[in-house]
Amino acid sequence: MRYLPLDVEEREVMLARVGVSDIEALFADIPADKRIAGLMDMPRAMSEMAVDRKMAAMAARSRPAGSMPFFLGAGAYKRHIPASVDHLIQRSEFLTSYTPYQPEIAQGTLQVLFEFQTQVAALTGMEVANASMYDGSTACGEAMLTAHRLTKRRKAILSGGLHPQYADVAATLAHMAGAAIVQLPPDVKGAEDLAAAIDGETSCVIVQSPDFFGNPRDLKPVAAAAHAKGALLVAVFTDPVSLGAVRSPGEMDADIAVGEGQGIGNALSFGGPYVGLFATRMKNLRQMPGRLAGETVDADGRRSFVLTLSTREQHIRREKATSNICTNSGLCALAFSIHLTLLGEAGLKRLAAVNHANAVRLADRLSAIPGIEIVNAHFFNEFTMRTPRPAADLIEDLASRGVIGGLPASRLLPDAGLDDCVIVASTEVNDDDDRAAYARALAECL
Amino acid sequence: MAEIRYTKDHEYIRVEGDEGVVGISDYAQKQLGDVVFAEPPPVGRKLNAGEAAAVVESVKAASDVFAPVSGEVVAVNSEVESSPGIINEDALGRGWLFRIKLANRDDLSALMDEAAYADYLKTLD
Amino acid sequence: MNVRARPTRAEVEPGAALPETFTGARALEVEEALIFEIGRRDATGVDIEPPAPVASRLGPHAREKALDLPGLTEPEAVRHYVRLSRQNYAIDLGIYPLGSCTMKHNPRLNEKMARLPGFADVHPLQPESTVEGALMVMAALADALLKMTGMSAVAMSPKAGAHGELCGMMAIKAAIEARGEAEQRKVVLVPDSAHGTNPATAALLGFSVRAVEAGDDGVVSAEAVKNALAPDVAAIMLTNPNTCGLFEREIVGVAEAVHDAGAYFYCDGANFNAIVGKTRPGDLGVDAMHINLHKTFSTPHGGGGPGAGPVALSERLAPFAPVPFLAREGDALRLVEHAEGTQSFGRMTAFHGQMGMFVRALAFILSHGADGLRQAAEDAVLSANYIRACLNDVMSAPFGDRVCMHEVLFDDRWLKDAGVTTLDFAKAMIDEGFHPMTVYFPLIVHGAMLIEPTESESKASLDLFIMTLRDLAFAVQAGKKERFLSAPVYAPRRRLDETRAARQPVLRWTRPSAL
Repeated sequence: MRYLPLDVEEREVMLARVGVSDIEALFADIPADKRIAGLMDMPRAMSEMAVDRKMAAMAARSRPAGSMPFFLGAGAYKRHIPASVDHLIQRSEFLTSYTPYQPEIAQGTLQVLFEFQTQVAALTGMEVANASMYDGSTACGEAMLTAHRLTKRRKAILSGGLHPQYADVAATLAHMAGAAIVQLPPDVKGAEDLAAAIDGETSCVIVQSPDFFGNPRDLKPVAAAAHAKGALLVAVFTDPVSLGAVRSPGEMDADIAVGEGQGIGNALSFGGPYVGLFATRMKNLRQMPGRLAGETVDADGRRSFVLTLSTREQHIRREKATSNICTNSGLCALAFSIHLTLLGEAGLKRLAAVNHANAVRLADRLSAIPGIEIVNAHFFNEFTMRTPRPAADLIEDLASRGVIGGLPASRLLPDAGLDDCVIVASTEVNDDDDRAAYARALAECL
Repeated sequence: MAEIRYTKDHEYIRVEGDEGVVGISDYAQKQLGDVVFAEPPPVGRKLNAGEAAAVVESVKAASDVFAPVSGEVVAVNSEVESSPGIINEDALGRGWLFRIKLANRDDLSALMDEAAYADYLKTLD
Repeated sequence: MNVRARPTRAEVEPGAALPETFTGARALEVEEALIFEIGRRDATGVDIEPPAPVASRLGPHAREKALDLPGLTEPEAVRHYVRLSRQNYAIDLGIYPLGSCTMKHNPRLNEKMARLPGFADVHPLQPESTVEGALMVMAALADALLKMTGMSAVAMSPKAGAHGELCGMMAIKAAIEARGEAEQRKVVLVPDSAHGTNPATAALLGFSVRAVEAGDDGVVSAEAVKNALAPDVAAIMLTNPNTCGLFEREIVGVAEAVHDAGAYFYCDGANFNAIVGKTRPGDLGVDAMHINLHKTFSTPHGGGGPGAGPVALSERLAPFAPVPFLAREGDALRLVEHAEGTQSFGRMTAFHGQMGMFVRALAFILSHGADGLRQAAEDAVLSANYIRACLNDVMSAPFGDRVCMHEVLFDDRWLKDAGVTTLDFAKAMIDEGFHPMTVYFPLIVHGAMLIEPTESESKASLDLFIMTLRDLAFAVQAGKKERFLSAPVYAPRRRLDETRAARQPVLRWTRPSAL
């Protein structure tokens, strides 16, 4: 078998050295009646060629985003990723290395994490960021728990514009951790009165901007209202490229900024692996979950990087840890960092501008179709479209015509009275032909 | 003459009148290694004997500091927050953590004096 | 005749002191600055057509604060990251004997399969009719995991092992709530040898942790568990094989006692590599077990993730599995995305789980097949015991000379009075070209050294590793302390000042202010 170097003779020699006659002697502690003779109901070994063929056949049963006009976002974004990103993350020393617990032979990983942390802090307008979380939704849940620890209160307010699955994750976590959630109803226009919901027991308000329906939100007044009651503002984003164009959490006085980093450097991959971004102010540092890479020197005085402040983490604090997180999303953070380095500030701003321009042109085209209404006063690269037909059926119809038109809101919000809403995204990958195809197909479907 | 008492968890209390100065013992600071962070309790906090009062962290370990006696925190050593290393340098002196006003002097009788603590240390690894 | 030949043999004096270099480099080993020091805010390695002129719809929400991010052109960026990569150890370079991490070979077929557009370029919220291939992968992997564990259902969405622990314990908490016993059962039994994620997970869910001690033989006895059980116990969390590398031989009795007391059995599956195809956790009485796809099933560690931690559930916990889960309707696969109308405890993450890791793990499982998976477990266990047999005359084992599973545990009693610690020993291994084993874990053993070779090491690799450790051990005995106390000397960095990193945290680059 191509992955197993030991041969029959070597196994014999090793068994003899161990002092047993048979491999089963090494499994003697397994109760006899619980031993199995093998995995009888699973197929036998397959060659690389056979596995390739079998799995390629499975892959062919999906329609990739890049094969058709594609206008779906809702928390994950189709991006053009430069070829060198995927090439670099496949270097052995990045791909097959472990968590940098022996820093002397892991300076590659550690320096990348330090650079990543700096980039995330700069992007979000905050002071310090960690070395990644699993994804945006779990980072949001962790932010909620962090706010509980910081304020010593246990009630979180969730904006009606928060991604519904992020809200579900927070609600599940809160219920299980014995904390309270107040969830405002879904709000297509982003006009909800969050300040009114905050009281002296609120630990944090969790607001997404641009929100699930595409509205960029002014969070400064929300921050002020929260702070006035001793609560914190957690600002959430789902497309990191948006931060190249819209006001950052730091500018809006957020205490914690969390979001999804997939939109820079990482493929759609049917939902994972992604990379959670978590940034905050220095004064909250000790309560921040996740790993941190810090700068120091070695015995020769050379600048070096090392995982630090580990006493917050599970392997030291155990039941008093800030989180139970161990493995995070290192390689996805690397991909994010490489792509963002290739973009640079100028490239990111231009990329964001292209995303916005494409969304504006699409919105103009679609709103020209009778019966179609674009709900948002403002948007970045995603907006909500009202349709005369139930959106779920419409999206299926469009798909059969070879166009992925967006997300029917009812898929994630089934009983919210939003059955006529589609959430439409447009990134830099869409061109005039795509927009024309969408408009044509949509007109046909109505 | 201030008397000093120790707990089995390696806290000390130097009694001065009806107050005591609390910190961790020299043995404890050696075990912990380089202290990187110390967080005394807030002034005004009321503590029960044996309750977790403060936190001291080194690079590789985090330790709760338990109140040796019941009482109210009347002062804290802000120097340990900015320079936690003084706990290593001078655990019994400049590395003190907080001052507590004793609720009940009888709490002291449960603690070891200097000689008893020295004997106790010999029994440890 | 060639009378003006240039020299063809080196005329270097052996043993001469190494000269300093201008760059600080050592030939192929180079230093590399930060992107903030070499990049420029106006440089970019991505060509983007300028956007069409449109009327902005950002309104008052445009960003005002400068980004201040560096850019690099493609050649500069490639060089930066290639240089950094060369400062890392990796499985592809050599043995990575980290106990409980299962650093096995990461097959490149996995990477090729994961990048097929039908897996990599599919959005999680595309119409279900367009994602059949992705659902097939999830179903195939789930099916394989169920066969290997002998359990009833598998929750695929957890993003890593610790996330899987959270999932399993949430299912247990939900089951207890459904029985109306939430107020009564608030304690979780955890051995002192457990990985830190176990008590951290329990505490997060509002449980208090009660320790169960292993016996002198290194395993938890059914007797000890019975003594610790009480009506307030919700669950026990055990790792099997445990973190000392031993099979919990009383596990069936433990499971029975736990179930008789009305509690649940969570099994940390980090060490599953030792028993795949040899026994099934479901048969042993486990109610929930997470599986680390990045350990047992070869998905790459990537310098700290991503991982994946699907959780196999017993029949009594299956109804509480989180959304989304796959349901079969005739021939078709469907994703159930909403908990309403089910007993599901809720949602662990947005979208559906670590699809990229599912593809890789499935490629591995298909490649090995039933026979290969069993052989892998046997080779892993054989290799660990081979190391044990070849080192147990020079290093001390905490539980005597007994058969281990896929990892072998030593303590530091053999280093007593030698003036060399477990840490020093580990750093000397770095100079020899090896990544050290896991050190100082599990916490119940002093100066622990936990060695897990995995099935990926050739006998030649194992023999070199063993001989090197023997050489180091003899050096300890001979009092050659310098080799250890100053190590590593040949790595890109010497020992780091971790105290300074913690006392004066510098967690990001900051632009130096103008002088």
